[in-house]
Amino acid sequence: MQGWYPIFKRELAGYFVTPVAYIFIVIFLLLAGVFTFQLGRLFERGQADLRPFFDFLPWLYLFLIPAVSMRLWAEERRGGTIELLLTLPVSQWGAVLGKFLAAWAFTGLALVLTFPLWITVNYLGDPDNGVIVGSYIGGLLMAGGFLAIGSCVSAATKSQVIAFVISLMICLGFLLAGFSPVLDFFKGWAPSWLIEAVSSFSFLSRFDGLGKGVVTLRDLVFFGSLIGVFLYGAGIVIEMKKAE
Amino acid sequence: MIELNSLTKRFGSPSTGILAVDGVTLKVDKGEVLGFLGPNGAGKSTTMKMVTGFLTPTSGSASVCGHDVVKAPIAVKERIGYLPEGAPAYPDMTPESFLSFCAQVRKMGDRAEARIAHVVERVQLSGVLRQPIETLSKGFKRRVGLAQAILHDPEVLILDEPTDGLDPNQKHEVRALIREMAGKKAIVLSTHILEEVEAVCTRAIIIARGRVIADGTPAQLAARSRVHNAVTIAVRGADKDQMVGELKRITGVRDVDHARQDNGLCRATAIAKHGHTIAGEVSALVKARGWGLEELRVEHGRLDEVFRDITQSK
Repeated sequence: MQGWYPIFKRELAGYFVTPVAYIFIVIFLLLAGVFTFQLGRLFERGQADLRPFFDFLPWLYLFLIPAVSMRLWAEERRGGTIELLLTLPVSQWGAVLGKFLAAWAFTGLALVLTFPLWITVNYLGDPDNGVIVGSYIGGLLMAGGFLAIGSCVSAATKSQVIAFVISLMICLGFLLAGFSPVLDFFKGWAPSWLIEAVSSFSFLSRFDGLGKGVVTLRDLVFFGSLIGVFLYGAGIVIEMKKAE
Repeated sequence: MIELNSLTKRFGSPSTGILAVDGVTLKVDKGEVLGFLGPNGAGKSTTMKMVTGFLTPTSGSASVCGHDVVKAPIAVKERIGYLPEGAPAYPDMTPESFLSFCAQVRKMGDRAEARIAHVVERVQLSGVLRQPIETLSKGFKRRVGLAQAILHDPEVLILDEPTDGLDPNQKHEVRALIREMAGKKAIVLSTHILEEVEAVCTRAIIIARGRVIADGTPAQLAARSRVHNAVTIAVRGADKDQMVGELKRITGVRDVDHARQDNGLCRATAIAKHGHTIAGEVSALVKARGWGLEELRVEHGRLDEVFRDITQSK
């Protein structure tokens, strides 16, 4: 893991020297507001909780997280800086992890900035704050999962557009794994254990549990290993694609 | 300090892939400035990328200061300063933040500030320290890359085309910098500018199709040239054909080229046989015949000619 911390710091600062960070945060908060108040009818529901926000969060992430992750490695490869980075005394895993953690911290910051929603429901009523904390943790885990997928895809291409589109497709697959569009694809030819395995990968069903405020060890293990597998994959792809 | 042993890199599959570097064995010691020459695609950059630990060799080994690049990549990277081709740097960063990032990765701690100040002065970056790198001219970008490479005062410097695309003044500055650092380090630089090799290198290696095909001092390589020790004269009062005949009679002369006569001035180049010097005999001949000498010049051989000869043969 040598060298991850300076890379983490550089990457995180990098979001803020360009308008990327500000645009992302503003759009994220704007959409979160629109979804929660307009589409989710937070006020009209008459219930003091953040269900409307967390119901939309996966769909918001589906589009915004690939936009953050697409540049992680594609930009390094296009600019040739990957050669510079990987000939500094850092381990490859240090570089993969440093970049991933910076992106995760950045999306985490954007998530934390939705705190006015939390203040609003606490002002209006008496919500179960345990549930809300659980949901926030769930949101953070899901962001991590999407970012790990995006890291791996970004490592495979020089084109950020391709990275964005492919990450989005894979993330959508994971999101809907427990639902008919994906399961229908497997039904009829795949054995039932495979269908069950696929549906257990569903982010949406898992996030539903997290939305009830229950963070189980199984969820942590699921997202932890998902992140681990995709970051490991990113490392392998970087090694394979270096020569190009 | 650098040792390559049958270093080989193949891209793609064993049967249809490209053999980019084919069994390169060489050694570079402290104090040497090794010029790596070769046509484009000869394997220069690939070799450098393996030494710096960016690419993994297909077979063979490379070590830097006794550390194997595959088994101890971090130890190798700590000891190398590397300027990749085109001097890539993060476009959004300023030279200041970029150098301080490199210092942090290299764990320079308290030394960082003084070293950054030192290299900034060395490569004359102080005027642009706070401008984003993407707004800098090519020459400044190259200097940022050089500053990054020498930041930690490495024992081994590897520079991939350090002067490519620079104007003559900038080239001169970079060469002066390399000469200044020579002696205390082992320096490898790749180039296809042959005058550069003569200007800064103590040793030159020519590589083609992934193999080392010549290795020696720039003077030794130039001595392989056909025109090495050739003597060009221009005289008055001689007849062209007679002069050529007389020149050919000198024992050390193999051939006479470029003979021509205009406005009473006869010119010719006498090519020396391998290992012969003929300047003395030629000037004695001129004196004996009573020709009026206008010009007499000894050629030392031209690297570009040698380069063409040996990289295009076969």
